[in-house]
Amino acid sequence: MRGSLQTLALTSHADDMNTSTLPSIAKLGPFIALLLACAFFATQNERFLTLQNFSLILQQIMVVGVIAIGQTLIILTAGIDLSCGMVMALGGIVMTKFAADYGLSAPVAIACGMAVTMLFGLLNGLLVTRIKLPSFIVTLGTLNIAFAITQLYSQSQTVTEIPAGMTFLGTTFMLGNTSIGYGVLLMLALYLATWLWLRETAPGRHIYAVGNSPEATRLTGIPTDRVLLGVYVLAGLFYGIAALLSVARTGAGDPNAGQTENLDAITAVVLGGTSLFGGRGMLLGTLIGAVIVGVFRNGLTLMGVSSVYQVLATGILVILAVATDQMSRKGVR
Amino acid sequence: MTNQPQLVMQAKGLVKRYGQVTALDGADFELRAGEILAVIGDNGAGKSSLIKCLSGATIPDEGQILLDGRMIHFKSPMDARKSGIETVYQDLAVAPAMTIAENLFMGRELLRPGWLGKFLRLLDKQKMLEESISRMNDLKVGIRSMTQPVETLSGGQRQCVAVARAAAFAQHVVIMDEPTAALGVKEGNMVLELIRRVRDKGLPVVLISHNMPHVFEVADRIHIARLGKRVAVVNPKHISMSETVAVMTGAMLADALPEKAHA
Repeated sequence: MRGSLQTLALTSHADDMNTSTLPSIAKLGPFIALLLACAFFATQNERFLTLQNFSLILQQIMVVGVIAIGQTLIILTAGIDLSCGMVMALGGIVMTKFAADYGLSAPVAIACGMAVTMLFGLLNGLLVTRIKLPSFIVTLGTLNIAFAITQLYSQSQTVTEIPAGMTFLGTTFMLGNTSIGYGVLLMLALYLATWLWLRETAPGRHIYAVGNSPEATRLTGIPTDRVLLGVYVLAGLFYGIAALLSVARTGAGDPNAGQTENLDAITAVVLGGTSLFGGRGMLLGTLIGAVIVGVFRNGLTLMGVSSVYQVLATGILVILAVATDQMSRKGVR
Repeated sequence: MTNQPQLVMQAKGLVKRYGQVTALDGADFELRAGEILAVIGDNGAGKSSLIKCLSGATIPDEGQILLDGRMIHFKSPMDARKSGIETVYQDLAVAPAMTIAENLFMGRELLRPGWLGKFLRLLDKQKMLEESISRMNDLKVGIRSMTQPVETLSGGQRQCVAVARAAAFAQHVVIMDEPTAALGVKEGNMVLELIRRVRDKGLPVVLISHNMPHVFEVADRIHIARLGKRVAVVNPKHISMSETVAVMTGAMLADALPEKAHA
């Protein structure tokens, strides 16, 4: 009847929207910021722009980098995990103490530590999905709980007697004149695998969907609570791997580990362009965000700037990143 | 219409009580093959309770629901979906940052054949893209690219994506709960046109709407709910909008309508 008039009506709006350019520039933002930072530090110190220094930066960020994978998954679901660093510290203490106190072999002790970090993930996830508490509050609680348990269990003592199998990932091999850390390779492999998983699999897309619009996702039949719970447990697994990397790098179980990583992980995710409102972002951006944090720390150290200013710089960076996120969202709308 | 229209969905004597309140008081319902049936009613007439029973969102206390002549007992909206009944909700039920193709297949993603799909749950993106294009073409929805995020679309286009998704997966019935309520005039017309195309493809549509001009524009028959019952089913070609509203509000008895107004 009136059909012929409206057959083409749908095309007009889609056609005059130029949709491709704006988001792609936004996606490149973190990378451009990283290049600018590198360019600046290169002018300040000739040692900055060397392969060996970059390899060192990657070794410095491998712990926060792996924590940030878990953090990204949670932030993609519009949540946040304030407990990540403390849970990692607990995992590290459990690994090292189980090996030292009970004589467990390295693989078994590592598995126990990871089980503890995943249990904390499960606890966070259950509180978020079953009792419907905001993740911010839940993880603020578990942050303190994990910290207290770590201190009580370790009696605030560093565990130094650790089996050789636990430090392998902290060692390096030479490639030309550059030393490459095995832990760095593991971190890069985890990023690649998780990035592909998020992009190419149904569960990966469901994480984005839940963060995007939980109600719409639930109505399509996706069990949103199970997706959320899975994300928190998976994040716990990444904190467990980070705990192993931390133990390997420092050669000890440190009850005070994870304290800078806790907020640095969130910083890396935000710098990498993942929206705190959920459902938008790319995992590889988080890797770049973690590298940006590392570059600032390393570059400012090479410049001889005191560490307080490094913290200041990180703070300013985070606010800039979130402001950019807000403004680009308004632009898209 | 033939003398004995085929009934796709039927409900008899539905009763639903919420504490002291009786939302449905022996409501009947009949949906014929290939029609757009509008369901109208004042607030509290039992219209949304009826739809919730049909879409599996609530379980009626009494009464029967039949789909293609067979008794059904939905316990959840998922049961209804498995039986081929898809529901489009008023507030645009799409994920804004995800692409049109992803939204069309959300929760029903096509996976790669073999172990890649089975164990890794790897998506068959190419196939989903092709299917999206062909399904949108079937409905003559001319969206240029299936890989653009839904948020780049207008409100009406987003609702078209939701309608197209329902039409693509519904085997028996599409239920639309106020699909045009949040839309402007032009956008609303776009969705109405799409609803007509869904019907023309052979899927019967239940359209819940407050918007009388929209109801009169697309409905083949109008189910009038009042005080938890079905008071009349009328033919929009032989009844005026004001008479319909009068029956709906109780200002006029359904019996007072001329014979041909009933459908």
